[in-house]
Order: sequence, then C-alpha cells, then structure tokens
Amino acid sequence: MPTQIRPDRMRRLILKSAIAGLVSGFGIGWWPKVARAADAAQWPKDPFTQKSEADAIKALYGKEAEASDKVKLDAPEIAENGAVVPISVSSTLPDVTSIAVMVTENPFPLAASYKIPPGTLGMVSNRLKMAKTSKVVALVESNGKIYSATKEVKVTVGGCGG
Amino acid sequence: MANTIRVRAVSSGEVTEVQALVQHPMDSGFVKDAQGNLIPPHHIEVVEFQHAGKTVFTALWGPAVAKDPYVKFSFKGAQKGDDISVSWADNKGESDSLVAKIL
Repeated sequence: MPTQIRPDRMRRLILKSAIAGLVSGFGIGWWPKVARAADAAQWPKDPFTQKSEADAIKALYGKEAEASDKVKLDAPEIAENGAVVPISVSSTLPDVTSIAVMVTENPFPLAASYKIPPGTLGMVSNRLKMAKTSKVVALVESNGKIYSATKEVKVTVGGCGG
Repeated sequence: MANTIRVRAVSSGEVTEVQALVQHPMDSGFVKDAQGNLIPPHHIEVVEFQHAGKTVFTALWGPAVAKDPYVKFSFKGAQKGDDISVSWADNKGESDSLVAKIL
C-alpha cells in the first residue's frame, strides 16, 4: 500500500524542488550581463603618493628590486610629447604577479601598477605622462621577488602643462 | 549615459589580447587653468577586467597615466564569443563599465 505523504512534507518537497529549479536556471548565459563594479577602495594611496622612487618601491612591494635582463621595457628614446609617452613592459620571468611602472623625475614617481592573476601574461602596454626627461623604471614581481629594467626617456615638451 | 570605454579583445589560439581605451581627463592636479588656479586631480584609480566571473587583470592608475588612457594586456583561458567585462572607478567616485564580446 503506497505511503501517503503528509501535507507539510509535501509542502517542503515542492518548495525544495522549486528552489532547486530556480537555482539551476541561473546557469551560465542566464545571469544578466552586468560588469562587477571596480572597487576604488583597492587603490593603494601610500605608494602612489611617495615622492621618491625608492620610497615608492618600498611602499608598493616592501622590498628592493634587482635589475634583470629578463624584464623588457620598451619606451621611446625621445618623447616629443611628454603628455603621452607609450611604454610596454614584458618579461620572460615565470609566474609574474604584478608589474609596476615609475617615472623617477615625476612629482610622484609611481605611475601605474598592475595585478596579474594566474593565467594572465606578464606584459602590459600603457601611455604615461612625463614631466621632463627622466628614467622610466619597470618593475616585475615574480615568485615574490622584484626585478627591474630602466630606460632613460628624453622629453622635449613636458607632460605636466609646460 | 555615454559610454567612456572602448574595448577590443581578440582571441588567437589560447591567448586573448585585450586593448581598452577609456575617455577620461586624467587631470594630474599639477596643471593650472587660464586663471592660474590648479585644476584638481581627477583620475581613474582602478580598472578591472573580468572573464567568466574571475578578475583577469587589474590596473591601478595614478595621475601620471596619460589622458584618455590606453592599456593592452593578454590572458589565457578565453575563447571567441566569450564576454569580457571592463569597469573603472576614479578618485571622485565616478565610474563606468562595459561588457564586450571577445572576437
């Protein structure tokens, strides 16, 4: 003889199935296409407000960088317009977790910092403002150590409004 | 709302190259206006790129990044037809975001 399901159990069963159905419906493709907002709270104010290259590296990484030929920095010899100087950083180092770029003669040397999760390549291209002729330093973090490459870029027209 | 972000993401083999151009004044705070007053800093602080719910690249920018900033990077694990999302937030609390298809 079939067992009769009690009303409260039946209610729970229906509710559970409904929820399961709803949850499984939210598979890939179902979820609305909304970009998760970037969170300005993760901007590290301390490194970006340091006035010297050494202080900025210390504030950003807490350790010193060693020059390495495994970090490649592409920057023009002469930047005609200091307001827009294209640079590229790439590296053959393994497991790159971050890249940072500094313009040593700028009021705040740290220009940009990039977080590189696993699966993302250790390279970035960007455009910077340079106040005047200056060294540009690329820093690459690989397996917890910091490596650098430096290039001097001559600036004919400064990038900070003259 | 006018969208400030242009993205071009192209997949080739296992690598997807992403280029993004964002319309933004990126005022450094060091430039004076016609009256001689300093124009206050107004720059993007964070740009996040996401694919399949995971962050694949984060840019932390200071005022020394050029106006109308451009950035290019590459990552693995995506394919043509996937969505990539880009969103930025600046020091004045403004933000914008965009979802684009990987070509």
